[in-house]
Amino acid sequence: MPSNLESNLALKKLREFAPQGIEEAREFRGEVTIYIPPEWLIRVSEFLRDEPRLAFKYLSDITALDLYPNEPRFEVVYHLLSLQNAERLRLKVRAGGDDPCVDSLVPVYPAANAFEREVFDLFGIQFAGHPYLRRILMPEDWEGYPLRKDYPTEGYR
Amino acid sequence: MPITLEKIPGEEERVILSMGPQHPSTHGVLRLVLELDGETVVRAIYDIGYLHTGFEKSFEDKTYSQGITLTDRMDYLSPLSNNLGFCLAVEKLLDLEIPPRAQWIRVLLTELTRIQSHLVWLGTHAIDLGAMSVLLYCFRERETILHIFEMVSGQRMMTSYFRVGGLALEPPLDWLKQVEKFVKTFPGHLEEYENLLSKNPIWLKRTVGIGKLSGDEAIAWGLSGPSLRGSGVDWDIRKKEPYSSYEKFDFKVPTRPEGDVYARYLVRMEEMRQSLRIVQQAMEGIPEGPIKANAPHIVLPDRESMKTSIEALIYHFKIVTEGFHPPVGEVYQVIEAPRGELGFYMVSDGSPKPFRCHVRAPSFANLQALPKMIEGRLIADVVACIGTIDIVLGEVDR
Repeated sequence: MPSNLESNLALKKLREFAPQGIEEAREFRGEVTIYIPPEWLIRVSEFLRDEPRLAFKYLSDITALDLYPNEPRFEVVYHLLSLQNAERLRLKVRAGGDDPCVDSLVPVYPAANAFEREVFDLFGIQFAGHPYLRRILMPEDWEGYPLRKDYPTEGYR
Repeated sequence: MPITLEKIPGEEERVILSMGPQHPSTHGVLRLVLELDGETVVRAIYDIGYLHTGFEKSFEDKTYSQGITLTDRMDYLSPLSNNLGFCLAVEKLLDLEIPPRAQWIRVLLTELTRIQSHLVWLGTHAIDLGAMSVLLYCFRERETILHIFEMVSGQRMMTSYFRVGGLALEPPLDWLKQVEKFVKTFPGHLEEYENLLSKNPIWLKRTVGIGKLSGDEAIAWGLSGPSLRGSGVDWDIRKKEPYSSYEKFDFKVPTRPEGDVYARYLVRMEEMRQSLRIVQQAMEGIPEGPIKANAPHIVLPDRESMKTSIEALIYHFKIVTEGFHPPVGEVYQVIEAPRGELGFYMVSDGSPKPFRCHVRAPSFANLQALPKMIEGRLIADVVACIGTIDIVLGEVDR
């Protein structure tokens, strides 16, 4: 069934570059998702950006998922785009514990700045090395992180 | 404490100016904090969130069909593009085939949306830079497009006309006459605007060489849409990753290498022409057939069959009270909205409500390049740069 997974160039190249940099790869509706160990995130994204055959130079989006009550609780989701090949790739990094934290991608993609601030604001995930990690959408003195699943949609907290 | 600029130790103290959130040329409630040396901007930072309403949280509490009404309210200048992005994402989750007639009408209406969104951009951009009359002309033409939207959906702006699986209802019989009238008259109007601006010495002084971004910078900062193409990057999702039958239409993707405010102006003007070509092709070639997919468990039945068929009645009841269950999975669907790459990241856990629906708003990403564009320039250029990235704060803050 996973035909796209075997033919996917990015996955193949990534396996050659660092087999331990891939935890898992999945496919749904033709979209490939690669799970990356947190400590490999920067190296893997640098590789994907700089490898000339792949050229994932464009960071489309960063967001997160809250899988509460599972542990590790959070998945940070990165959508990369290769303008050259017109291809997209989804990277995921798991983060958990009381103080979830992943490395910031700002040194690799300047565009990550606002997206990471948004994830920090709404999910409470820290980004190590981010130059200006402050709330962006919610008021500065807001308590709690609205997009977490244990945060109610209506009524009082 | 509101966001402000901290003084850099060892540097002389300069004036800190808070521009907005109530400022006519910030296109909504955008606040900029500028550090000034005389009239030159030394550092800049933006402060957003004044319109944050938690759409992404609300999506999780609504069924997929209910979510469509929220999308209108994000980018309120291009509601149909948002409808389309949301519906395509859900349809991708469901792996649903949309009949060609619905696809054609979707293309036609989203291209009209692009034109009317660009018209608002042009009018407000021009008025920001001192050309008052352009706004009045632009709103005149926009009104005719809004009339068409009202004809098909009953609403001028909050259309919610595209539904999962097709369209809400069959458009009225004579709507194409209105479209035809618009297609005939609009090229003349477009020329009118260009006569007012393109060679106007004041306009040129205010836009040429202002807010420069190279192609590499634009890519690194995640710019999309006309802002990216104005920097010479040939990237249009309608061409490169076609959706909703765009591959069947003949149009060009305008790009300009200069990367300044004037280049982005030219790109958007040409885009309106190309959109008009698409509208014309769509109008002439609308196929016959149904406007909803053949999937009774997802698409609401029409009134007629509800009164004659018990299955239709049951399906209707199920869809309205409970919703439909997409398979477990996640998709990221992008479309080329008037402002750039509009992405919907939809995660389903098999229940009738999305587990997560994240919106990649083009304005949110484009806004990041603003400080880069204005640092080192005059305050008057700040207004030109805000206008040129064409932000809608409803979408930035969501």
